[in-house]
Amino acid sequence: MAVAAERAPGAEVDESLLVVRDLVKHFPIRKGVLQREVARVHAVDGIEFDVRRGETFGLVGESGCGKSTTARLITRLLAPTSGSIVYDGKDISSWTERRLRPLRRDVQMIFQDPYASLNPRRSIGTIIGEPLRLLGVSDRSARRVRVREVMERVGLNPEHYNRYPHEFSGGQRQRIGIARAIVLEPKLIVADEPVSALDVSIQAQVLNLLQELRDEMGLTLVFIAHDLSVVRHMCDRIAVMYLGKIVELATGDRLYAHPRHPYTGALMSAVPVPKSAAGRGRRRVVLAGDVPSPVSPPPACRFHTRCWKAQQICREEEPPLESKGEQDVAACHFPLSEGEVDALTRPSTE
Amino acid sequence: MALLEIDDLHVSFKTMDGVVRAVAGVSLSLDARRTLGIVGESGSGKSVTAQTIVGLTRFPNAKISGRIMFDGRDLVSMDADHLRDIRGARIAMIFQDPLSSLHPFFKVGHQIVEAIRVHEDVPRDVAKRRTIEALRSVGIPSPEERFDSFPHEMSGGMRQRVMIAMALALRPDILIADEPTTALDVTVQAQVLELIQALRDDFGTAVILITHDLGVVAQMCDDVAVMYAGRVLEQAPREVLFDGPQHPYTWGLLQSIPRLDAPRSDRLSPIAGSPPSLINVPRGCTFHPRCPYTPPPALETEPPLEEAEPGHLVRCHLSVEERRRLWQSLQSEHPALR
Amino acid sequence: MGAYIVRRFLWAILLLLVVSFLTFVIFDVFPSADPAVLRAGRNATPALIHQIRINLGLNKPFYIQYWRYLKGLALHFDLGYSYYNSESVRSEIFSRLPATISLTVGAFIVWMLIGLPVGIVSAIRPRTLLDRTLMGGALVAISAPVYFIGLLALFLFANGTGLVNWFDGAGSYVPISQSPATWFGSLILPWFTLAAAFAAFYARMTRGNLIDTMGEDYIRTARAKGLRESLVIGKHGLRAALTPIVTMAGMDVGLLLGGAILTETVFNIPGVGRYAYEAITNSDLPAIQGTVLFGAFFIVFANLVVDILYAFLDPRVTYG
Repeated sequence: MAVAAERAPGAEVDESLLVVRDLVKHFPIRKGVLQREVARVHAVDGIEFDVRRGETFGLVGESGCGKSTTARLITRLLAPTSGSIVYDGKDISSWTERRLRPLRRDVQMIFQDPYASLNPRRSIGTIIGEPLRLLGVSDRSARRVRVREVMERVGLNPEHYNRYPHEFSGGQRQRIGIARAIVLEPKLIVADEPVSALDVSIQAQVLNLLQELRDEMGLTLVFIAHDLSVVRHMCDRIAVMYLGKIVELATGDRLYAHPRHPYTGALMSAVPVPKSAAGRGRRRVVLAGDVPSPVSPPPACRFHTRCWKAQQICREEEPPLESKGEQDVAACHFPLSEGEVDALTRPSTE
Repeated sequence: MALLEIDDLHVSFKTMDGVVRAVAGVSLSLDARRTLGIVGESGSGKSVTAQTIVGLTRFPNAKISGRIMFDGRDLVSMDADHLRDIRGARIAMIFQDPLSSLHPFFKVGHQIVEAIRVHEDVPRDVAKRRTIEALRSVGIPSPEERFDSFPHEMSGGMRQRVMIAMALALRPDILIADEPTTALDVTVQAQVLELIQALRDDFGTAVILITHDLGVVAQMCDDVAVMYAGRVLEQAPREVLFDGPQHPYTWGLLQSIPRLDAPRSDRLSPIAGSPPSLINVPRGCTFHPRCPYTPPPALETEPPLEEAEPGHLVRCHLSVEERRRLWQSLQSEHPALR
Repeated sequence: MGAYIVRRFLWAILLLLVVSFLTFVIFDVFPSADPAVLRAGRNATPALIHQIRINLGLNKPFYIQYWRYLKGLALHFDLGYSYYNSESVRSEIFSRLPATISLTVGAFIVWMLIGLPVGIVSAIRPRTLLDRTLMGGALVAISAPVYFIGLLALFLFANGTGLVNWFDGAGSYVPISQSPATWFGSLILPWFTLAAAFAAFYARMTRGNLIDTMGEDYIRTARAKGLRESLVIGKHGLRAALTPIVTMAGMDVGLLLGGAILTETVFNIPGVGRYAYEAITNSDLPAIQGTVLFGAFFIVFANLVVDILYAFLDPRVTYG
């Protein structure tokens, strides 16, 4: 029974590497002489999703939607305020740092700014080999062999073992970050905006590399980005986040073919398309205003302040994340119709 | 006659590692009421070109040659005082990161008032009234209150609106927008692009839009120049460029980006290698080390920027026929390019 | 903001309590020499020493001694009586405070008037001969100890001891109330001596800050507006570059108000620093303790003032 309690319910356990339920992360804001908590940043406010073994799961949203906080929660770099994170059948949401240590081998992270996450005073060989050392591989030559192997694999010249991060270009630095992440052959990699700091020609190289590694190593990938086209290219299933909530979750193809949530539709219509006929025959939705503050998110449906379809009920009742046809789920009282989607997202193809 | 005519512009900087040739022979022209897009990756020289127009590269002591003709006068050889009269008043500029581009210690209203009073001898209250008007015209709610806000009290989109209000307060002839939406979220980017379009149409301002995003160019620009390693590799009206691009680099860019408007492909086709160092630019065609075709002369001589068809300039050794054929075969391989 | 000031104020008091406790432990609990013996002077009889011990409360447990000490300190700012001459340490320090304030404030004006312009000039023309000369000079001024510069100044410029008799030398200090002109003349060499290292340090800091600031995006914006370069530097540049320097200056003034020991000693100025020096040479524990506490008081409150000032100087800083 004790074991069962630790496990998430249902048969998903076998299929899912990661099961997230009711995950909440609030950051307190303290004020006054006694530093009492006066408000909270609702960074992540009750989300749930499963990541299946071997799939690439996407989290997409604008700044402040909570996607990066989610990344740090599922890798347990942050402790959640409440909710459960079940990794490989074990609820790790309240594990201590000590207990998490063996898990660190399995779960790795890739960051947006490769330069900021690399120690400038260490050679890249040392940087990439660091996880091995921490894991207790004390044999230097064994580490060196493994590091060279990984460097080669990510497209770095192994002869550059002794060079320093500043000697590399942005794309190569991201390769270093990837090498460090895969050196322990993890099961799950969480990539937080891994290509958004890179030039387009380099971005494609890094995306291809991630895909190759995923296929070869049988990795499960959680891919976080603000760029919808990149997320769609990479991911099997995608969750769209807005102000700490998941507003829609569907397979990549269905999400783009038929977004249900108006926010998803607006995001997609806002992406400029590199075609001469772009914009023609296409009703662009330009959302008014800014994303509200996560300190005091709007009540009921959080998107209602910017939604062109909002009605009274949207201001009064929070829509549940529920099926809007097939397996896709969306949290909306008035999901987009087929016709609306056509007008929104398909540029004319004349 | 063109409103702005850049002729054979060269800009280089002396650094500890050597001379960085950031712009190497760029010629461009901008007509009144038109929008020119300059697209390229980092190190392509697009920002340096833009900043040289208003003389901002004079400050890190760049070596500049060539001519930039504006209103019958050459901005490159113009003395600092005269150039300052043009800068901000007749040619205004907005930048990528609106937070770092606004002074953190001054109220936004004051920063716009200052911009007005540099060029026009108007009393403070008149400048304030015009500032509030400018804030209103860029869609900032309750501009009277926002006048007294500090930049850090505003959102990213609002800050960029403040920058636009500041730039357009004096109704310049030209607005240079250097990656104006790169730091913004996509829904906010859509707002800001729409605003720039609307103001351009209302005021008849010509716009030079610097960006790395071909999608933004396609949405905003009349004419497009593709830059690489300090040179223009291809230049054409928007429709021509997107319907029949003729430079392998432009093709590479188009293939590198994942597309929302086409079926998902299995793998992207990136451009091999990485952009060259501007201290040691490759011999011959600057793009040849990354070019999948590399016609033999490209190793030795740099191709000139030649007219492939009326209004369409391309810097490539391949013949026009070959380029057409290659583009067609690329299109048949990649549905996204159709 | 109000809550922040209150909180900081409470912290400052706590900090001073800790300092007072530490000094008490160091000076009243640890000393191997018996204070009563020190106090009694030479050839004291055991009876006299015993009497003194009772008078000073030295026969009581140390926490009661500390409590009494703290009570006197809090209620009357009572720092005890000198073992050396039995004077009240408080009145000794207060009588010397005007000299220290004269020295500190004057030196502060000198170092700001030299340091900031030198830093600004260097920042505007970086890596030029002028910049390198100024920064080279600054390095020398930072490296040279105050007593070296002070003695050199006396040797070169002082009346009587100098090669040229331009300024009054050591021991010529008079209070400003007595003769403003003599007061001023006597402090010129001490001011410059004390200011030298600070001026050099501030010049280097101003230069560094201003060069960094001039690379900021908002400076580019100021230029793009068409602003005159003098305004770009003088208004937009300095506004940002000088903010940390102003707060730093507050800290330094607070530090010096506790006594500029070396300068006061070299020039024989009867200030708090010299008092501290004398107290040390005489093993006058209450006086040492008093000057340490007094210095700590200025440092803690300078810190407080600076933090509050910063909130007014930098609008991005909000305290809650």
